[in-house]
Amino acid sequence: MANPIVQILDSEGAVQGKDELPGLNSQRLIKLYCLMLLNRRVDERMITLHRQGRIGFYVGSIGEEASIIGSAAALQPTDWVFPCYRELGAALLRGFSLESFCNQLFGTSKDATKGRQMPNHYAIPELFYSSISSCVGTQIPHATGVAIAAKITKSSDVALAYFGDGATSTGDFHASCNLAGSMKAPVVFLCRNNQWAISVPVQKQTAVKSLSEKAAGYGFDGVCVDGNDLLAVYRETLSAVEKARKGEGPTLIEALTYRLEGHSTSDDPRVYRSEEETQLWRTRDPLKRLRTYLIHKGLWSEKQDDKLEADTKKRILEAIQKVEGKGQPHLKSVFSDVYDEIPWNLEEQWEELRNSKNQIPLKSKT
Amino acid sequence: MPRMNMLQAVNSALRCELQHNPSVIIFGEDVGKFGGVFRATANLQKEFGEHRVFDTPLSENGIVGAAVGMAIYGLRPVPEIQFADFIYPAFDQIVNEVAKLRYRSGGQMACSMVIRMPYGGGIRGGHYHSQSPEAYFAHTPGLKVVIPSTPYDAKGLLTAAIRDDNPVLFMEPKKLYRSAQGEVPEKSFEVPLGKAKILREGDDFTLICYGSMVPISLEAADKAEEEGVSIEVIDLRTLIPYDLKTLLQSVKKTGRVIVTHEAPKTCGFGAELAATITEKALLHLESPVYRVTGFDTPFPYVHEEEYLPTSTRILKAVQASLLF
Repeated sequence: MANPIVQILDSEGAVQGKDELPGLNSQRLIKLYCLMLLNRRVDERMITLHRQGRIGFYVGSIGEEASIIGSAAALQPTDWVFPCYRELGAALLRGFSLESFCNQLFGTSKDATKGRQMPNHYAIPELFYSSISSCVGTQIPHATGVAIAAKITKSSDVALAYFGDGATSTGDFHASCNLAGSMKAPVVFLCRNNQWAISVPVQKQTAVKSLSEKAAGYGFDGVCVDGNDLLAVYRETLSAVEKARKGEGPTLIEALTYRLEGHSTSDDPRVYRSEEETQLWRTRDPLKRLRTYLIHKGLWSEKQDDKLEADTKKRILEAIQKVEGKGQPHLKSVFSDVYDEIPWNLEEQWEELRNSKNQIPLKSKT
Repeated sequence: MPRMNMLQAVNSALRCELQHNPSVIIFGEDVGKFGGVFRATANLQKEFGEHRVFDTPLSENGIVGAAVGMAIYGLRPVPEIQFADFIYPAFDQIVNEVAKLRYRSGGQMACSMVIRMPYGGGIRGGHYHSQSPEAYFAHTPGLKVVIPSTPYDAKGLLTAAIRDDNPVLFMEPKKLYRSAQGEVPEKSFEVPLGKAKILREGDDFTLICYGSMVPISLEAADKAEEEGVSIEVIDLRTLIPYDLKTLLQSVKKTGRVIVTHEAPKTCGFGAELAATITEKALLHLESPVYRVTGFDTPFPYVHEEEYLPTSTRILKAVQASLLF
């Protein structure tokens, strides 16, 4: 028997059942909606920038915003987030500025990660948001380690790991769930099941009907939630976070959602999946759903939405304009931060690089 | 000063660091109540409690991956991998996460930890309890690799490694765990990383070794001396970053170099040393740099003794160099 799918808002934005507002006041709810919209428009804009050749790559979260922002909203600011690479929404919620984000995308001299990684692979430790790896699932044991550390030091911090459906096939997922379960570590495993790991559908990753069922094998609870329903994602994550904070161990949350675009700017999803399927999921759009709900509740209006769209567009353009063309990190930054100090071999190799800009006559002694 | 074997020295270093720094945490397979399959962590759980020294499920990627999280949170993890042969499930975590975290975060984060593991042959352990995988890790920017050969160095280097802000792979030559004995201070002390040690001065040869190859190198030097050949024996102690200065000083004096390690020859650490010495001191050399190493085969069980370098094989290289 598959776990039931927890839902508060149906795909039309109508409330199912009685318990509609899971501890979110209207102001907070509107803020989360604004963030979801910002996340969507940033992704759309950056995909365009990639097509224009202005950035080298982009990986977004169009269609998955509720699963990311709804879950991140359930954390305290010092709870650690271990992202995969699609959780810009969680970073924005924690205060990551668009300008910092753009500095990383463009690899400018102001990029806090010094132009060392592909776009979307930022690190914001001051916001308790870890550094991003392209390797699938490697962040899951890190979250478990933070949770164990919090438990050892008797702190009330909780860690949350984000990952996709493909990551549930990795050894790191298994090792983390097993370790966290056996040590009752205060960690929440949030699987954004967006149905596709690049071109492979979730049905080929596993024989279980719902990924949340895997929790049973590790001795803790698994929950399956409609990942396009911000209210349900928030409520279920909050419940898992509170449980972890009380010392009652981990939870696996499967947020059922859909990647409306390609895996990244490097693939064309039309090659491996049907347009009908994508169209079906467009009708379940998390952004539209929350907007309908807010308007229906009288908390939001079309007019406010138009203004938000205009303001959002302006904010994004301003952030891009501010950073684009701002120069690259210094070339010597290639050699720093490998270790806390630059060792002799890297000093030597820096000299080699520095002196290799111009070709010299082969038999010259200079 | 008390006499200790290498295991006791490792245990003493861990005990001192657990006392010295409340952030130090030790964990791994069988390290808790049992004190490790070699007893390196004996009694530490009893002394410091289960929150500082604990057993984990049998999962190397889980152990190292969790250590990354602990380091991010501000603890100083010292995980044990039961045998170096079993480290490969954690290879991704070590190479892609541990080694790169500082760099990829632009220096905003660090992965300060020491991954301890027994390595090498000599205990009749076959393929899977005998390997010397140091070259894989030496090839990965961001890691330090340290291998002691004496109880004194084991304690001092391990202490320095735990206090170092970079990730360190600390490889303990299990063949010497009980056979290497010597005086070791009870109190805490550091042997600095990145410094080789000249164990014996000599004029005719530079013999570079580390870990379990140190005793046979000294034996080879003794035998050579009987025939009037003077060998300078250098214990590298730290492979990354290695002490190039000390090596070059010696090479420029002797003009002949032999490097020895247990690991297979091709792409072994000896190849790196040979290439660098050739690049930097070719005109001081009287012969090629010779490597006396394990063979390019899996580690054999019955013919373990023949697989491992011996003083006789080192002396063959001495002869080859002299006749070159």
